[in-house]
Amino acid sequence: MSELIRKNASELVELLKSGQVSSVEITQAHLDRSAAVDQDVHSYLFQNAETALAAAADIDRRRAAGEQLHELAGLPIAVKDNLTTTDAPTTSGSKILEGWVPPYDATVVKKIRAAGLPILGKTNLDEFAMGSSTEFSAFGPSRNPWDLNRIPGGSGGGSSSVVASFQAPIALGSDTGGSIRFPASVTGTVGNKPTYGAVSRYGLIALASSLDQVGPVSRNVLDSALLQDLIAGHDPHDSTSLPESLGSMADAARKLDVKGMRIGVIKELMGEGFQPGVMNRFKESINLLQQAGAEIVEVSCPNFEYAIAAYYLILPAEASSNLAKFDSVRFGLRVAPEGNPTIERVMAATREAGFGPEVKRRIILGTYALSSGSYEHFYGAALKVRTLIQRDFAAAFEKADVLISPTAPTTAFKIGEKLEDPLAMYLNDIATIPANLAGIPGMSVPNGLADEDGLPTGIQLLAPARADARLYQVGAALEKMHEDIWGKRMIDFAPELEVRS
Amino acid sequence: MSEITPDLVRHLAGLSRILVTDEEVERFTEQLSLIVDSVAKVNEALAGVDVPATSHPIPMANVFREDIVEPSLTQAEALSGAPDSGEGRFRVAAILDEE
Repeated sequence: MSELIRKNASELVELLKSGQVSSVEITQAHLDRSAAVDQDVHSYLFQNAETALAAAADIDRRRAAGEQLHELAGLPIAVKDNLTTTDAPTTSGSKILEGWVPPYDATVVKKIRAAGLPILGKTNLDEFAMGSSTEFSAFGPSRNPWDLNRIPGGSGGGSSSVVASFQAPIALGSDTGGSIRFPASVTGTVGNKPTYGAVSRYGLIALASSLDQVGPVSRNVLDSALLQDLIAGHDPHDSTSLPESLGSMADAARKLDVKGMRIGVIKELMGEGFQPGVMNRFKESINLLQQAGAEIVEVSCPNFEYAIAAYYLILPAEASSNLAKFDSVRFGLRVAPEGNPTIERVMAATREAGFGPEVKRRIILGTYALSSGSYEHFYGAALKVRTLIQRDFAAAFEKADVLISPTAPTTAFKIGEKLEDPLAMYLNDIATIPANLAGIPGMSVPNGLADEDGLPTGIQLLAPARADARLYQVGAALEKMHEDIWGKRMIDFAPELEVRS
Repeated sequence: MSEITPDLVRHLAGLSRILVTDEEVERFTEQLSLIVDSVAKVNEALAGVDVPATSHPIPMANVFREDIVEPSLTQAEALSGAPDSGEGRFRVAAILDEE
């Protein structure tokens, strides 16, 4: 394995700047890695070596000509396949969009292209980002590089496994209820869901518009900070985009200091239902933060108990409306039944053939939650619970600057284990969902291996809306403490993958 | 117990413009019953509490931009993903039933 692909993005950037390595070399090394391992890991739905290398060569030429380049220029990146790209098919993991090449780039894709980051490929996800394991991808699951029989988390299991298997240094993800953070937790990587509106959603194929947020995925906190700094900022194409800047995440990640910070442990997100190995590592990290000078306080968020229920009403309601656009007219699949069918029958046949089981379940559930007889009892009630959850956070942030919990109750489960049990699958997101309901930022940072199975665990950090920088500050400080104790990075504990020639 | 019946699932699938097989109706009825019973829990949180609804996490109002014409998709680009098109338009099956 090339030494280059194991390096943190921040190191690669330095090598590029000093001219020791070219973007073509780094890009080629990652493409070679994919050729060797992606048949097994299946992180990518699409790769085009030619366009990636052409973008890399262009940056190398411009650097040689003395052009002033973006800090991350030449660093290759992987992009979740629910972000539109004009030079690659964008499927969102669904048969209904198979082969669709969008006529425009998502704003975040425009930004990474403008900064000169070659795109290595499009990463796998649960269909329309509905799922926690990538098993609902119409194109087959991705696998966890720590154990190929286990799930890499979802929906962004392509982006988590792509960085965990060294096929890309960084990746873009999206997080509606934990789709960046849960995959990070189970693959020993870093992922951040920024404050709602901090990053443009223009060109992100919408799942639930009041919950979706694009964010960075990486093996290292600073690397995610560098990527968030690149993709964040106001976008006139997204009316929910925040007009103000949230400051430099990279500066925050370089502070490595938690002295005097008040860190709140959420009482309701520990104990019952949480795997002992996950809790052991979590408690150790509380002690580390305390030893580093943070003040640990306990906070209570009593309404988190209702977060999953509220989420599985709000999300399907919004999704049933957002996915109405897949109507067999403007893009994607068209399936015509026999005879001389009307457009409505073509639409129904197309959606039957083009959508998988989880998407159908959620559209039907959302239609039910919004129907006149049940609106108040379901959707209306869920919106009120959302207020209660925001109030729980507001009260907790009176006592603490940052809140912490395990990112997920368990380590990675086996492929197939929860496929036929939707409610069990939904429980994976018990700790991550509240942040989406409240619009606040949340990060998952590697937190050591569970005693009972030796698999990665994650710690989740939460901050008030617009205070993303606190997550990078605490996350990077904790990561440094861990690496000092372990003598290596979390990802360096991962077993070597079998390489195909 | 929830009120999810096979007939209701068929009705909701119809509203959602999704054809469903008998096998799907049976499976979804069972799964959606469990899910609906579980999500109905939101009402427990609201017992004796009166709070406003939150539909959007970070409220914004009247998001405007200057009324200036900006580049948008060409007609060819807008039609590029269509399963069928002609004469610069999306081509679809009959809109109205014969009956």
